[in-house]
Amino acid sequence: MPDLQRPRSDDLDAVAARLRHHIVTSTTAAGSGHPSTSLSMVEIIAVLYRGGVLRYDPSDPVNPNRDRFILSKGHGAPALYAVLAEAGYLDASELTELRKMGSRLEGHPNMCRVPGVEASTGSLGQGLSIGVGHALGLRLDGSDARVYVMVGDGESEQGQVWEAAMFAGNHSLSNLTLIVDRNGNQQTGPVDEIQPLSPLEDKFEAFHWAVRTIDGHSLNEVQEAFEWARSVGDRPQVVIANTIKGKGVSFLEERQSSYHGKPLNEDQAAIALEEIGASV
Amino acid sequence: MSFGLTRVDLPEGDATREAFGDALAEVGANDERVVVVDGDVHNSTFTGKFGERFPERFFNAGIAESNMVGIASGLAACGKIPVAASFSTFLMSNAYDQIRMSVAFPNQNVKLVGTHAGISIGEDGPSQMAIEDVALACALPGFTVIVPADGISAAAATRAMIAREGPTFLRCGRPKVPQIYSSEDQFHIGKANTLREGDDVTLIANGIMVAMALDAAEGLAAAGIEARVIDMHTVKPVDVGAIERAANETRGIVVAEEHLAFGGLGSIVSMVVSERRPTRMAFVDVGDTYATSGPPDDLLRQYGLTPDAIVDAATRVLKD
Repeated sequence: MPDLQRPRSDDLDAVAARLRHHIVTSTTAAGSGHPSTSLSMVEIIAVLYRGGVLRYDPSDPVNPNRDRFILSKGHGAPALYAVLAEAGYLDASELTELRKMGSRLEGHPNMCRVPGVEASTGSLGQGLSIGVGHALGLRLDGSDARVYVMVGDGESEQGQVWEAAMFAGNHSLSNLTLIVDRNGNQQTGPVDEIQPLSPLEDKFEAFHWAVRTIDGHSLNEVQEAFEWARSVGDRPQVVIANTIKGKGVSFLEERQSSYHGKPLNEDQAAIALEEIGASV
Repeated sequence: MSFGLTRVDLPEGDATREAFGDALAEVGANDERVVVVDGDVHNSTFTGKFGERFPERFFNAGIAESNMVGIASGLAACGKIPVAASFSTFLMSNAYDQIRMSVAFPNQNVKLVGTHAGISIGEDGPSQMAIEDVALACALPGFTVIVPADGISAAAATRAMIAREGPTFLRCGRPKVPQIYSSEDQFHIGKANTLREGDDVTLIANGIMVAMALDAAEGLAAAGIEARVIDMHTVKPVDVGAIERAANETRGIVVAEEHLAFGGLGSIVSMVVSERRPTRMAFVDVGDTYATSGPPDDLLRQYGLTPDAIVDAATRVLKD
């Protein structure tokens, strides 16, 4: 498959800043959405799509040998759309159509409408099972393509995540990498106060996964984690990425545990974009 | 099991679940895209027959229907034709959000097969009896919903659903059932089979109620009433033309199904009738209640799923 590439940007910091910029502008234009949950996953998807990890071709979005990225935490859609624009699936000018009547950029990702979206998500807990299906299908076909799934930590309260984790471990799905965007907060407060996940590493190890915990905002650590994941070879891998909800916007970081599902108003957005400082 | 039949002499045929399992294994030999996931009941759903022949394409998902449906969705996205099977109530009720979100909404080519549907499973009791499953499946946009009456049509439905693109729910039962069709009979998804002509009243049924409708038609004939009997094996998309003709050409319609009263075949036929050609109708179904444990024939009698119940319903329809 000569057309499939692993695109690599020489300035991932700039990529991450652009993603943050688009997350803020698109949700503010929409007047709704989840900017803070989108901001916590930025470095991870920047590395996946622009750091030489995912193998894809935006002109051939259903190429059977493409690597897959499934965003199980579907409310992170603004971040996904932004990175799909960065990757060439969408035109960045479309991003401010988010959530508008007639726009294919719906509040949560719709795979039937947006090229590059691998699964329709938004009902939490389902993406890992879908990823397991992809991983099995690729293995049946003898493909070396890989599957990456991102869940939130709050989302991991869903039982289906653990059904899928058990199955993936049992079937040694080494072509499957899970990323837990562990921003520590869910809709009404901190995960640790609502339904603590710790010890999360032990849970996945018990399910026969290879586990690595990183700072999810360190581009180097994210990059190394995906290199490690590819080298594991005999088991599914989970990258537990410690992140900050609202990362990159000071007044969102300060209100991590209480800021969910709200866009910034125009004035807030202007301050946020100043802080982000992207060149777009 | 007698299914309360006294007037027709139909040979005992395969259970619909077993005929499905046999057909699935055959289809699997001809199409490598077919992959099966089962909720650890493959010796009950008979997907084990496929699993024995094609172990590399068979996955026991364990007792975890939600994950099983999600896996099927991912397999479909890879171009496979996944068949996800379990007891119908655990498949449709336990995994309903996954069916909605991972199969129906993205329109994935997943085939859901629920076995042990209805109260005719008997002694295992109401926790195991899928009597809401047709309503749940029919509510989903884009879904095809098939309830075959006997083994031959269950096998034909299995082949047809694999050949036809799109999410599908196939509902099968536990007991061996009277054989209605021969292998020469036609089966087309969405096209009802008229098994008996009649101008007085129409009996529309599916699943095990088709044999009972044939039996009831004999009883009605003895009283001078000619009943048309229609096997509405495809509940969605329903054969609107067959319903409209029945409404036009006969004086009333009885719908019989092994399902709760609301949301199943009766509801769908009623919608067509009320929009196209209002006519008198009556319904034979489980009603608005859960059943109990007991021998299957006793349960069918207890909950009013008998040929005589269909005769009574037809008589009521014609009286008014």
